[in-house]
Amino acid sequence: MTQDLIPIYIYSRKYYVPEGSTIITALEYLGFKLKKGVGCKEGFCGACASLYRLKGDYKLKGGLGCQTVVQPEMQIVQIPFVPAPKAIYKIEELQPDSEIFVRYYPELYRCLSCNTCTKICPQELQVMDFVQAAVRGDFEQVANLSFDCIMCGLCSARCPAEITQFNVAMLARRIYGKYLMKKSTFLEQRLKEIESGKYEEGYRELMSLSQEELKNRYFQREIDFQIT
Amino acid sequence: MTRMPYYPGCTLKTKAQNYDLSTRAVFRELGVDLVELPRWNCCGAVFSLVTDDLLRQVAPITNLIRVQELQGTDSVDDPRLVVPCAMCFNVLKRANARMKDNPEDLKKINDFLYLESQPYRGEVQIIHTLELLKEISAKRIKEQVKFPLLGLKVSPYYGCNLLRPKDVAIDNPENPSILEGITEALGAKVVFNNRRLRCCGSYQTVSEKGLVADLVYDIIKGAARAGADLIITACPLCSFNLDWRQKEAMEAHSDHKLIPVIYYTELMALALGIGNGFGGEHFVDPQPLLQKFLEKEKGGI
Repeated sequence: MTQDLIPIYIYSRKYYVPEGSTIITALEYLGFKLKKGVGCKEGFCGACASLYRLKGDYKLKGGLGCQTVVQPEMQIVQIPFVPAPKAIYKIEELQPDSEIFVRYYPELYRCLSCNTCTKICPQELQVMDFVQAAVRGDFEQVANLSFDCIMCGLCSARCPAEITQFNVAMLARRIYGKYLMKKSTFLEQRLKEIESGKYEEGYRELMSLSQEELKNRYFQREIDFQIT
Repeated sequence: MTRMPYYPGCTLKTKAQNYDLSTRAVFRELGVDLVELPRWNCCGAVFSLVTDDLLRQVAPITNLIRVQELQGTDSVDDPRLVVPCAMCFNVLKRANARMKDNPEDLKKINDFLYLESQPYRGEVQIIHTLELLKEISAKRIKEQVKFPLLGLKVSPYYGCNLLRPKDVAIDNPENPSILEGITEALGAKVVFNNRRLRCCGSYQTVSEKGLVADLVYDIIKGAARAGADLIITACPLCSFNLDWRQKEAMEAHSDHKLIPVIYYTELMALALGIGNGFGGEHFVDPQPLLQKFLEKEKGGI
C-alpha cells in the first residue's frame, strides 16, 4: 500500500510526510529525535504542545502534537516548555481567600479579558472565564472550568498580560479541594464495612463457586446502578 | 417583577459584597429582579485614555456582548444593563460611547473577538442603580419605607466616577441631587457637605496613603461641619478610602471626627425594613449608630 506524501514545514524547513500523520508521528517519520515535547501520545499529558498555521489562514493555532493531524503546507513548531513562575506554599497554611492570588500570582490582575488564552487552548477550555473567576475569588468556578487543563502552557505563552493561567488554576483547584469542596464520606464508610467483616461471607461464597456459576453471576449482575 | 441584566463587577464580589447584597435586596423590594450577567469579566477597572491601544477596550465590550446574549433569551424584561459600582459604570459607559462614536474601533474589536457568539452592535444601554432608583421615583420609595430615618443626618458623597466626564454623568455634574433625593425619601435629613464632589484619592490609596488621608480628612471635615452622623456613597473605592483612611487622618489630625461610611443601598435596606446585616468590613463601625436608630424606630428608646 502506498501512502500519499504531503508537504509540511517544520521550523520553516519543508518536508514530505505521509498524509494522515499527526505532528508527532510526522516528526518520528522524518527521524527527529524527540527528547522533549512528547509524552503519552494519547492527548492526556500536555507535553507535546505545538503552534501552527494553516495555508491561507492568518490564525495562529495551538494543538497537541499527538492529536493534531498535519495538513498540506502547514507550518509547525513545537513548544515543549513554557517558563512560568510557580508559587511555593504550604496548602495547610493558606485560606480560601482571593488574597491568595494577590500574594502568589499578582500578575493575574493584569488580565485584559482579550480571550487570547481561550483561542489557543488545545483543550478548548474557557480559559479567560476561569482567570476572571480567579480575579473575583470564585474558587469553585475556577476548579470546574479548569478541570481538564493539562498544563501544556500555550495560554501562558500567548498571554499579553503574562499570566500563568495553568498555575493559577492549579492553586485554585488545590484550595477548592482542600477547603471548599463537599467532602465525600463513601470511602470511609466502605472501609469501615470491610473492616467489620460485612463482605466476608459474600467473598467466601464467590470463592466456592465454579467457573460456570461465576460467569452466570457476572452476566446477571446489576449494572444499571446509580452513583449517588 | 421586572427582570434586568445586572453587572456586579469584581469588587462587589470580594471587598464590597455588602454593596452587592444590599443592592439586590433593595431592588427586589422595589420590584426589580437583577439578573447577573452570565460569564461577565472585569470591566477594565479604569477607563483607558490611550487612544491607540484598543486592547484595553476589549474587556468592557466583551461584557456588552454578554448583555446582548442575555437580551436574546427570555430571562430579562428590560434590556438595559444595571451597574451599581461607580467605577465599572464609568468604564462600561465610556467604552460604549467610544464604540458608538468610532465605528472603525468597533469593527476592529469585533474582528478580534471572533470567538464570540455575535459581534457587538453598539446598542446596549447602561444605567446606574441610582438612575434606576430615580426612575422608580422617590415617591414610590417613600411609600415603601417601614422605618423612616427621622433625625438621622446623612451626608451624600459623590466622588468623580458618577459625574465625570459629563457625557456619562448620571446627574448634573456640578450640582447633583440624586443621592439627596433618595435620602429625603427615606425620612432622613440631608446635610450639605461642600466637598461632596471632591476626589477621594482613588487608587493613590495603594502607594500614597498619606496623600489620600489628607483628602479624606478634608472631606470628612466638611461632613462633620455640616453635622453629619453618617456618609453615604455609591462607589466601593470612595467608600474604602473615606472609611479606612480615617485611621491615618485620625493619627495625623487630633481634631478629626470619625464618621461612619455606608452605601446608599444599605441605608435604604434599613429604612425599607429589609435588614441591617449585609456584612462589610469597616474602620469606623456604623452599627452602633444604625442599631440605635432601629431600636428607636421600633419603640425601644
